Amino acid sequence: MKNSLPKLRAALLLLAALLLPVLHATAQAAADSPEMADTLRQNGKIYVVVAVITVVLAGLLAFLVSLDRKVGRLERELKDQ
Amino acid sequence: MKNNWWKALAAVLLLYTAVAGLLVPVPRLAILNETIRNLYFHVPMWFGMTFILIASVIYSVRYLRNPSTELDIRSHEAARTGILMGVVGLATGSIWAKYTWGTWWTNDPKLNGAAIAMLIYGAYLVLRSSFTDEQQRARISAIYNIFAFATAMPLFYILPRLTDSLHPGAGGNPAFAKYDLDDNMRLVFYPAVIGWTLLAFWLAQVASRIALLKQKVYEKQLA
Repeated sequence: MKNSLPKLRAALLLLAALLLPVLHATAQAAADSPEMADTLRQNGKIYVVVAVITVVLAGLLAFLVSLDRKVGRLERELKDQ
Repeated sequence: MKNNWWKALAAVLLLYTAVAGLLVPVPRLAILNETIRNLYFHVPMWFGMTFILIASVIYSVRYLRNPSTELDIRSHEAARTGILMGVVGLATGSIWAKYTWGTWWTNDPKLNGAAIAMLIYGAYLVLRSSFTDEQQRARISAIYNIFAFATAMPLFYILPRLTDSLHPGAGGNPAFAKYDLDDNMRLVFYPAVIGWTLLAFWLAQVASRIALLKQKVYEKQLA
């Protein structure tokens, strides 16, 4: 037990060393800097926008994939003739 | 399916761009504010356009060395896709300009250069549609395509750097130096460029295959 204490302290110090700069960076974001869409991010509504854009993009890509396959089928058909 | 891995990569990168492009932190800059995220959508249009137009020129050169209908079709469809991306690039740039520079259009060398370059490529489409003879159309449009590329690229990338310009990457401004310092943005920007470029190639490929099929059907009907 006695031996594990210094190890624990070292681990905590390492964790603090890794985390503190990140915390510092997030804390710095708010006050007196150019205005950004912070509220949109805080209340999580940004995820609604991300979800909608992802669905639209996925739909368009799926359409392109199906178009690609249809052309492939036609190519094979024409080759067989 | 083996040869289509790059299409899957395009889809993955584009979905990643949409999600990460909105969520990953960006530098807090005055005037630009959140619109800095346009970098992931507006700029890749021009990258994609440049790469697909290079492909188009390569097909044109190959056509002139060794004429074939396929090379002509591939060159034409690649150029068409490039023009589409350029027009979208102009439109997105105009919207971005309205909300950062305060005007839809300004007589900036970078903007005017891009507009003239797009007109030169528009003339390619007009020229192409004015021939009835197929071989003549293919040969002359291949030659014009090389000329258009050689004229458009300096208008996009060289002339705007020689004078003052509002636009980043022109008027002596190194391209993205201000934003590129931010590693978070790089993490989204490079995948976005690759994703949109691959999408351009995908669109051009499908369009060329349809045109080739049409050509084959015509030949069969004639035979």
